[in-house]
Amino acid sequence: MDLFALQPAIAEIFMAVMALILVMVAAFIAPQARASKFTRRATIATFILAGWMCLYNGFTPISAFNGMFFTAPFMVMMKLLILLGAMGVLCMAAREVEESQIDKPELPLLMLLSVLGMMLMVSANDIMLLYMGLELQSLPLYVIAAMRRESTRASEAGLKYFLLGALSSGLLLYGASMLYGFTGHTSYAGIAASLSYEGVSAGAVIGMVFLISGLAFKISAAPFHMWTPDVYEGAPSIVTAFFAVVPKLAVMALFMRFTHGVLAEASASWQQILMILAVLSMFIGAGGAIMQSDLKRFMAYSSIAHMGYALVGLASATPAGVSAVMLYMLIYVLSSLGVFALILALRREGRAVTRIEDLAGFSRTHPLYALCMMILMFSLAGIPPLGGFFGKWYVFSAAVASGQVVLAVIAVLASVIGAFYYIRIVKIMYIDESETALDADIAASNRFIAIVAAAAMFGFMLALATLRGVIDASVIFARIVVG
Amino acid sequence: MFTIALTHYLIVAAILFTLGAVGIFLNRKNVIVILMCIELMLLAVNINLAAFSAYHGHIVGQIFAMFILTVAAAEAAIGLAILVVYFRNRGSIAVEDINMMKG
Repeated sequence: MDLFALQPAIAEIFMAVMALILVMVAAFIAPQARASKFTRRATIATFILAGWMCLYNGFTPISAFNGMFFTAPFMVMMKLLILLGAMGVLCMAAREVEESQIDKPELPLLMLLSVLGMMLMVSANDIMLLYMGLELQSLPLYVIAAMRRESTRASEAGLKYFLLGALSSGLLLYGASMLYGFTGHTSYAGIAASLSYEGVSAGAVIGMVFLISGLAFKISAAPFHMWTPDVYEGAPSIVTAFFAVVPKLAVMALFMRFTHGVLAEASASWQQILMILAVLSMFIGAGGAIMQSDLKRFMAYSSIAHMGYALVGLASATPAGVSAVMLYMLIYVLSSLGVFALILALRREGRAVTRIEDLAGFSRTHPLYALCMMILMFSLAGIPPLGGFFGKWYVFSAAVASGQVVLAVIAVLASVIGAFYYIRIVKIMYIDESETALDADIAASNRFIAIVAAAAMFGFMLALATLRGVIDASVIFARIVVG
Repeated sequence: MFTIALTHYLIVAAILFTLGAVGIFLNRKNVIVILMCIELMLLAVNINLAAFSAYHGHIVGQIFAMFILTVAAAEAAIGLAILVVYFRNRGSIAVEDINMMKG
């Protein structure tokens, strides 16, 4: 292995260089609106090129930087999903950034840096790189949450996010230091080897608990979810869409790699932690969402619940569970992107739609997009034959197959409660009357994303019915997580 | 003769870390104090890493500690910047005033 082989990390290196170049270029473009438009397009182009580079590197497992950086089919898949999610959010940004006064070149650049951090985090093969990637991911997110500087709510959201995010980094680091101390390694392979030869010491278990709590903060799994509703509500909507889709994916990938790859020996201990996190998240997410009247708060609780379902699959501690979680996250990302594309586009008398009641009459003014929203809501609720149903199906059957029948039953109960509040939105869109009509225009990119996402929810049924290979392939990908 | 062993370092670090974590939740006055508590937690981690590094006899832990110091500086800069933005809007940095949104 060549110490100076940079090719495996070519996409990340390219993104880092582009971020630096774009910061300089944006400073020299005169009106701020033009600079913002330019950086937004350049960032989208960077994401596309980076995705191509990931694919170009291929699916052969290969490591670089003395084993610190590792890429395999699982990482390539996750990186492509992350890039796709980030690109989708940026494509919907055009009108939104103008209206919420965050039409600044910094916004796409910070998103670019954050995505770079996520990609490093997914590919990390050493706790040190994990930490650096995680911080590179989080620090830009704190800033973009508070991007709308004149708004008290946005700055409060930024402050809350920063304080709790920093606390979670502290927990994660303490866990990392304990793991390092009690195994003597920082590399994933070293830790895994030490755990299997020397057994799982109490210190390593303490480290693991802290590390998992730190990660649970980042995916907003209950009981570490307190920041989520406030940050989602206070941040500008486009930023909320980014938060709901992209970092979740990256941290979940890290979660999978860490639990199933590094801590595989200690699975008996982390299974219990993940089960508690999953049950709490599902019920707090479902219970919280019922009471919300703000759309973004609603999406926050919905995302908490979805992280709970994903953790059910992870708690099964089998390759089938990991592949089910991958499928679940893919469906979650697509359907959240579609929902946010519509939420961001809707206006009532020129004012952005923020409350759930504002959706009344949606089916009369925009029948096609109301239908898309209904499909996406049904998919999030897990109603067959849509994608969300298959996601839940594979996750729950992985839990049953690994003998956790009680957990699967609890998860099904929680998703029944969950169905209630998704269907309530559909009811408001289709049945409730409103005095004023929703504005007619929806931006073309948002239409496109909403329709593609809704169509994809049907696509899963066809793909799964015709190609059993999809699942088999993802099981193979999941095996390589171990590295 | 009493010698200072690894456990003593770990106990000190654990106490500092707990102080930091408890301070974040018990403090009802000032956000700056929360920033100090976060810093305390990170420094506790550094003590841990340095002690383990010496115990194992390799340098990895110390390199990790250097990274943490660097990131902690960046984190503090961003935190203070957000705090300034918040203060301009709200005119206060008291913890009980961070309550525009319920939760």
